[in-house]
Amino acid sequence: MTKELTCIICPMGCNMTVELKDNKVMDVHGNTCPRGKNYATNECTNPTRTITTTVRCKSGELLPVKTSKPIPKDKIMDAMKIINNASPILPVSIGDVIIEDVFGSRIVSSKNLK
Amino acid sequence: MTDLVIIGGGPAGMSAAYAAYQKGIRDILILERDSSLGGILQQCIHNGFGLHKFGEELTGPEYAYKYEELVRNTDIKIMLDTMVTDISRDKVITATNSEKGIFTIEAKAVILAMGCRERSKGALNIPGTRPSGIYSAGTAQKLVNMEGYLPGKNIVILGSGDIGLIMARRMTLEGAKVKAVCELMPYSGGLKRNIVQCLDDYDIPLKLSHTVTEIHGKERLRGVTIAKVDNFRKPIEGTEEYIECDTLLLSVGLIPENELSKYASVKLDNITGGPVVDQNRQTSADGIFACGNVLHVHDLVDYVSQESEIAGISAAEYIQSKNEKNTSIKITTDGKIRYSVPQMITEKKDTTIYFRVSDVFKNATIMVLKNDQVILSKKKPALAPGEMESIRIKSDDLENTQELTLRLEVQ
Amino acid sequence: MYDVAVIGAGVTGAMIARTLCRFGLDVCILEKENDAACGATKANSAIVHAGFDAKEGSLKAKLNVKGSKMMKKITDELGVKYINNGSLVIGFNEEDRKTIESLLERGIKNGVDGLKILGKEQLKAIEPNISDSVICALYAPTGAIICPYELTIAAIGNAMDNGATFKRNFCVEKITKTDKGYEVSSEIETVAAKLVINAAGLFADKIAEMIGDTSFKITPRRGEYILLDKECGSIVSHTIFRTPSKMGKGILVTPTVDGNLLTGPTSENITDKEDKSTTQNGFANIIREANENLEGIPYNKTITSFCGLRAAGDTGDFIINSPIDGFINVAGIESPGLTASPAIAEMVKDMIEEKLGTLTEKKDFNPIRKPMHHFRSASVEEKNEIIKRDKSFGKIICRCEGVTEGEILEALRTNPKAYDLDGVKRRTRAQMGRCQGGFCTPYIMRLISDEMNIPYESVTKKGGSSTLVTMRTKEVENI
Repeated sequence: MTKELTCIICPMGCNMTVELKDNKVMDVHGNTCPRGKNYATNECTNPTRTITTTVRCKSGELLPVKTSKPIPKDKIMDAMKIINNASPILPVSIGDVIIEDVFGSRIVSSKNLK
Repeated sequence: MTDLVIIGGGPAGMSAAYAAYQKGIRDILILERDSSLGGILQQCIHNGFGLHKFGEELTGPEYAYKYEELVRNTDIKIMLDTMVTDISRDKVITATNSEKGIFTIEAKAVILAMGCRERSKGALNIPGTRPSGIYSAGTAQKLVNMEGYLPGKNIVILGSGDIGLIMARRMTLEGAKVKAVCELMPYSGGLKRNIVQCLDDYDIPLKLSHTVTEIHGKERLRGVTIAKVDNFRKPIEGTEEYIECDTLLLSVGLIPENELSKYASVKLDNITGGPVVDQNRQTSADGIFACGNVLHVHDLVDYVSQESEIAGISAAEYIQSKNEKNTSIKITTDGKIRYSVPQMITEKKDTTIYFRVSDVFKNATIMVLKNDQVILSKKKPALAPGEMESIRIKSDDLENTQELTLRLEVQ
Repeated sequence: MYDVAVIGAGVTGAMIARTLCRFGLDVCILEKENDAACGATKANSAIVHAGFDAKEGSLKAKLNVKGSKMMKKITDELGVKYINNGSLVIGFNEEDRKTIESLLERGIKNGVDGLKILGKEQLKAIEPNISDSVICALYAPTGAIICPYELTIAAIGNAMDNGATFKRNFCVEKITKTDKGYEVSSEIETVAAKLVINAAGLFADKIAEMIGDTSFKITPRRGEYILLDKECGSIVSHTIFRTPSKMGKGILVTPTVDGNLLTGPTSENITDKEDKSTTQNGFANIIREANENLEGIPYNKTITSFCGLRAAGDTGDFIINSPIDGFINVAGIESPGLTASPAIAEMVKDMIEEKLGTLTEKKDFNPIRKPMHHFRSASVEEKNEIIKRDKSFGKIICRCEGVTEGEILEALRTNPKAYDLDGVKRRTRAQMGRCQGGFCTPYIMRLISDEMNIPYESVTKKGGSSTLVTMRTKEVENI
């Protein structure tokens, strides 16, 4: 099986073809540098994303938050449902943990809010 | 008399202020119209900021806070909720706030750091009705990220600038359905990474060479007609398609906000929309500097900070009478390179020239010409209008000339 | 029971209501939209015509010239802008010259003061940007510009301050004749009045039908406009008309009282009275003709485009009559209706006197209204005094037009109050500048929500279902 994707590492935007067998990367074509191959491999075997969103505090203010590390791409919408239910109490500082574990990542505040 | 007054407390203003402070200037005042520092970064809650500057991926508020902390730990004075309404050529600033009313400040040097605004719907002349539900992407971003409201449920986005792409993902995460992103050009002006992670990840179609040709709905938006455009960007008859939607977001370009610069008689560049500056980011008005998106629209905030440091340091040197103008070299560009910043060199020292190209190019060579001779060239495998490029010129190359030309050659 | 129910809060209805208040009548104004000045009044050329256009002897001619002479005093009383910039009708060829000569003749017969024909040299001296192909022009020194919705809102406000009642969102569905007068009903409310004035603009024929009068029809005539940035407002100082021809009056170019440049209108009869859409063709026509009139109009500085529907009658003249006792039609008020409106109001007052006997001016009528833009036109010292008393005047909300929170709150609190974004826009100019509300919209929504004590989601652009946000985030189901 092959998969087509565009490299996002640099402005070149190489169109790459990845050969996959049993969810393992056999070969990557179309990349111009090793970084492209690396990106393609990750994207095809374990794509992950950082989520940035907001939560509404108990007192009504909106607090921007993010996952402390990337989570599996196919869990984004499920993660959103969990994050949307949080309602932290102020004050909150950058880096404070809002939710301990969402698909292996913490949800942390990305703003100081009094 | 204040030594240095900085108009705008966004990333440009804060970075310039801190750089000037480090150069020994103590009497610095930042005038900010909003109720907090950080400017537009406060509503840019997505990440991707700071990779160049801090070596880590930060969100907008986090990036802003890094600079706010630096600034707050100095004697730099900050006036929030203060709107500057006028600057005269001799650096008298008029501002308004609730506490002091309308007041004036005289400055030895001024740094313009007012940022930019979005091109509005009105400027596009899209035929049709004028219902509610049409927003520039940045306004929608403020509504969603700062006010906590969703502008609508079914969205079409016109323009594939980065804010539009970011908002496509943001609205999707919050439960809206983004039906399409239409881009007039045959390529997107946004970063590749945003196209993949904001559109492809959520199966949002990017319709290149498409535009909105009619707006429908009397009170609230009901739908838009989109159509394919030809090589002259004119809609092709017969390709119209109706998309039902309650919201249209526009991400069709940013315009440096230079109304104040005009009051100060600062000379503007027709292409960047910002002031014409020298290597110190000094404008045509003596002692008035400019940096950040008010000067030209940047792709990354990291470059805004970098540029603003130059302006901050130069303003400090100006105040300390250390600036030395010892040449006058005009930098011109060919058509493929749209513009350069700076547009002038007035001091013989190593200088980095920033520029943007006018189209997508592969395997191109960027050349610097002096008196019709190529003095510098740099090969680039790919260039896109969305990304800022740069080339560094050595002081030796600035001898015996009044003009340098940037040229792009494609194999 | 009211003395008079005025249907329609456009400039005609507003002027009538104010005049009748002045003469001591108890007036109720009924408006189907969320605000005054939402129909033809909102989107027209904003010109006080000198009065050489209309055929001598017509109501249009008579009321235009009279209205034009009344306008200055009224704008002073109401504190609204009025600039006597003069107008020019430009001619490109000998045929145009003949038409211009006949306009001069007609103007003199109509009683217009100061008209004269200028040669190319004289014209170029006062308007250097006029196209080189223009050979002559009719100069009308009494031509002026105003802001029609500012005038209308001020007139309604002044009427309200003097006791009139203003009912918004009152769409008249039925009119019943009673012993004492009329009952005018919407779906939810009925208002009783001795007299009814039908100033319903585009819908005047529909209103007249409700009392059995089918003697006229109103056709919506589309007029599209393009408005340019304030940077362009000084390209001309006079209002520049083309010479009217069989093809119509053509595209005019004029500065506005706020310093923008306005170009338009197109002219196209349509059928749908609600269809205020602009068209690609319309834009193309405006740009082509305007560029024939003047050299180098920078359309890249366009701020917005819009469309107005003129209420064109089928008689060629204003339709001002009383088909049955106590019911007065004021219909077909197309151009020069804005100019004529004060004179129309006088005429309606005279018609009412025939029915009720001589009316005398109310002693305590206060014709003066605090100007909507009193803050922006104040001196720095005065502004600082105001800010000291009320800090909200020190907070600028709309950057482009420099509108303060205090001014917006005033618009939400002063008769007739604004209830939506467009209402705030028309009263304060907030959202009317270069960024078209890009920065200030969320702030103004917050002010409306707080002031009216309604949820943020209920704030509208222009009433009805024109809401701005759908719901709070985090409360969306099925993501």
